[in-house]
Amino acid sequence: MASEILHEDAEKLGADVIDHHRAIASLMEELEAVDWYNQRAKATKDPELRAILEHNRDEEKEHAAMALEWIRRHDPKMHQHLKTYLFTEGAVTAIEAAAEGGGEGEGEEDSAPSKDGSLGIGSLRKAGGQDQ
Amino acid sequence: MNHLFHKRAPITPAGWVEIEKEAKRTLRAMLAARRVVDFKGPLGWGASDVELGRADPIDSPPNAKRVQARLRRIQPLVELRIPFDVSRAELDAIDRGARDPDLDSVTAAAREIALAEDRAIFHGYKAAQIVGICEARKSAGVPLGTSHADYPGAVSTALTKLRDEGVEGPFSVVLNEQLYKDLATRTDGGYPIISHVQRLIDGEIVWAPGIDGGLVISLRGGDFELTVGQDFSIGYLEHNSERVRLYLEESFTFLILTEQAAIPLTNGGGRKK
Repeated sequence: MASEILHEDAEKLGADVIDHHRAIASLMEELEAVDWYNQRAKATKDPELRAILEHNRDEEKEHAAMALEWIRRHDPKMHQHLKTYLFTEGAVTAIEAAAEGGGEGEGEEDSAPSKDGSLGIGSLRKAGGQDQ
Repeated sequence: MNHLFHKRAPITPAGWVEIEKEAKRTLRAMLAARRVVDFKGPLGWGASDVELGRADPIDSPPNAKRVQARLRRIQPLVELRIPFDVSRAELDAIDRGARDPDLDSVTAAAREIALAEDRAIFHGYKAAQIVGICEARKSAGVPLGTSHADYPGAVSTALTKLRDEGVEGPFSVVLNEQLYKDLATRTDGGYPIISHVQRLIDGEIVWAPGIDGGLVISLRGGDFELTVGQDFSIGYLEHNSERVRLYLEESFTFLILTEQAAIPLTNGGGRKK
């Protein structure tokens, strides 16, 4: 249970903080599961088992995304940061510089898909090996 | 505004979204080398070369015979660009909410430039000072044999060669369209040949229309390096009342660091059935 690792007296924290704690703990657990499945999928020599592990791993990613979305909806600061960094292209540190330095960008309606204007194709190599 | 001049194009955000979506979809489907080689970058449009860490002795500077000189070796990035036209009528349709815009010109351009990158990596591009993997390892090629049933044996032979040379996996197999089709559609003893091959490797079997024959390649990393300056981007050139002229562009180079980490599969031993 999430409340097992509260660092302060539950009565002092209140329901809101405890719910945030539950969501954060869930997100951590889901990402940890992704990591485990990823390693197991990579390690196994059995293609059928690998397919199952990869499927399960990807389901955990969905769970993680759902938990993250709950956090975003309930944490305005997190909402702000996610809005700045997620679904962007180019160097993340450059986005930070633009966001904090008032450079080109934040809030600007730009038709370019990313900060460097690229399509963001990058590497297509899979971390875990087998495809399809 | 950057060098791509997006904002000068008479294209609405909705139009850009559709054009970019189509280009991304095609590039991701077509690009094969990026699935098996290391990717470095994107370093940006300003990047011009990759340092090789080597230097060649050259003549001393004028009137300084005691001064020794060495010239650093670099590998320059090559810029690839392919122009294409988008009909303004189709862009108008997108703005009206059309969900079936005709963006064949985008697809064709993306396909062509993706093949160009793959061919440079697999077979080399002399003018750009790029040596391809198959080109470098030509003498080590393994013939695929005369029948599709021979393919797993050829892959197995290539894997043995790689391991004999101390190259570790995981390994992937890259195949051209015909070979991939042969593997996917033919069976041996009722069992798809693609499954026989898949069981030999722990990486993926990669469909690569830009390669002649095939390739067995290690994914352990540190052997083959694609360096990208500006990753695939769409830029604006000009427009008239009928169409908007755009281009798809990238800058990159490719280095082979350990050529032993791949073995080409050749069509030797007779034409496949």
